Amino acid sequence: MAEPRESLISDDRLTDLTPDELTRFSRHLLLPEVGALGQKRLKAAKVLIVGAGGLGSPLALYLAAAGVGTIGIVDYDLVEASNLQRQVIFQSRDILRPKVAAASERLKALNPNLSVVSHHFRLTSRNALDLIRAYDVVADGTDNYPTRYLVADACVFLGKPNVYASVFQFEGQATVFDARHGPCYRCLYPSPPPPGLVPSCGEGGVMGVLPGILGTVQASETIKLIVGGGRSLIGRLWLYDAWLARSLEVRLEKNPACPVCGERPLITELVDYESFCGLKNEGEEPIPSITARELKERLERRDGIQVVDIREPHEMSLSKFSEAVAIPFGQLARRQNEFDPGKDLVFICKIGQRSLYAIRALREAGYAGPMFNLQDGLNAWAREVDPSLSVY
Amino acid sequence: MPVTLFIPTALRGFTERNAELSLEAATVGELISALTQKYPDLRTHLLDEKGELRPFVNVFVGEINIQSRGGFAFPLKDGDVVTLIPAIAGGARG
Repeated sequence: MAEPRESLISDDRLTDLTPDELTRFSRHLLLPEVGALGQKRLKAAKVLIVGAGGLGSPLALYLAAAGVGTIGIVDYDLVEASNLQRQVIFQSRDILRPKVAAASERLKALNPNLSVVSHHFRLTSRNALDLIRAYDVVADGTDNYPTRYLVADACVFLGKPNVYASVFQFEGQATVFDARHGPCYRCLYPSPPPPGLVPSCGEGGVMGVLPGILGTVQASETIKLIVGGGRSLIGRLWLYDAWLARSLEVRLEKNPACPVCGERPLITELVDYESFCGLKNEGEEPIPSITARELKERLERRDGIQVVDIREPHEMSLSKFSEAVAIPFGQLARRQNEFDPGKDLVFICKIGQRSLYAIRALREAGYAGPMFNLQDGLNAWAREVDPSLSVY
Repeated sequence: MPVTLFIPTALRGFTERNAELSLEAATVGELISALTQKYPDLRTHLLDEKGELRPFVNVFVGEINIQSRGGFAFPLKDGDVVTLIPAIAGGARG
C-alpha cells in the first residue's frame, strides 16, 4: 500500500494566506493534516483537468472550492442538452456555449481569486507536452481511448502524476498513475479494445450520479497529492458499482515489460493515438453508407433489402424500427448464416457508429455479402423521415 | 470448487445481464473456459485467437492481478472472488 507522500509543491512557491482566505478555508485550516501549510500549497498549485464532462464537472468545482490556485481546463466541445444529466458544472442556459467558457464562468463565481485557464482545443500529440509541462498534476476526465493513452504517456514522459477515473453505465474505476512511484496506465492496459467492442456511454448510457462520485474521488486524490500526506491511490485501483453498491480495491503493480515505463521502454515519445487505438482503419475497403431518405425510398420500392437493427433490446423501446430484424451487436458474427448474401443488408443503430463497427466485425468474421451503413443512424431517420420517433 | 465471478457492466450484455456467477473451477483458466462455454458471445471479448487474455481485460482474484502470478494457471480455492476488470473510457462516440 502506498505510503504517505511528500507534497508536489515546493516551499519556495508558497505565499501567505489573506484574511479572507483564512475565513473561506477555515474548515481546511482546522484539519491538522491540511492546516495553513496545506492551504498555501493548494493556493500555489496548478492542476490541469482534461475534459470538462461528467468527471471534470465535480472535479473542477471541488478543486475550485478547495482553494486550488490555478485550474486549467482543456476541452474543445460545446455544451449539449444531453450533458446536463451529469455535467453539473453547466446550466440549461449554457447549451451550445464552449464548455471551457461556461465552466470558467461558474468556477470564477465560486472563487473569484481562482485563476482559470481555458484551453479551448483538442489535446493532441503536438500540444500535449507543452500544455501539461506547465502544471503540477493532471486529472484525466476524458471520454475516449486515444486521449486516455495520450494523457497517460505524456504524464510518464514529463514525470507528472495522472489522477485517473473512468465510468461506464453503473461502474467506475479510479486510481493515481505515477510512473515514478508505481504503475502507469499501460502497465494495467497495454492497449485498448478495438473500436465498437464495448459501446461508449453515448451509446451504452451512464448513470448521471456515477461520474459525480468518481470525479469527486479524483478531486480528493488531487488534493492529497498537493497537500502531501495521507495514502494515495497510487498502486491501487478503486472500483465502484453503483447498481450493486459494491466497491472493491485491487492492487496494481508496475509491469517491468511496460512499453512506456518498464525496464526497456519501446515507446519514448508521443505517437499517433488515433491510429494506435484503431480508429483510422488505414487500407480498409470503404464501408458504403445509405442516407435515411434513400433507405425510405428503397423500403417503399420493396427492392429486396434487409435491415438489421444491432441495438440492445432495451433501446428498441426508445425508438422502434419495425422493418428491421433485431440482432444485437454481440451476436452478429455467430448468427451471420441468418443473412442472405444475395441481398443488400443495411445496418442501423442509434448514431451510425456501432453499425459501422458491426459491418467491420462481420467482414472479419468472413461474411461476404453487400453491407451498407445507415448514415447517422436512427437519429437521422427520426429527424429526416419519421419525426414521431425520438432522438435519444 | 465453487468460486464467485463478478461480471463488469461493460460485459453484462453477454451474460443475460447477470452480474455475479457461481462457477466450478480449480484454476483461472478453467473458470474462463466455464464462463465462455456458458456465454459463447463473451469469448471474443476476453480472449484473442490464441486463447490468451486480451490486453484490455484484467482478471483479479481477490486483490491480486493474475497476469504477474502465473496467468491462467493461477489456482483457485473454494470461495474465491474473481473480478473481470476491462478498460472503460466513457462518453465519446467511437
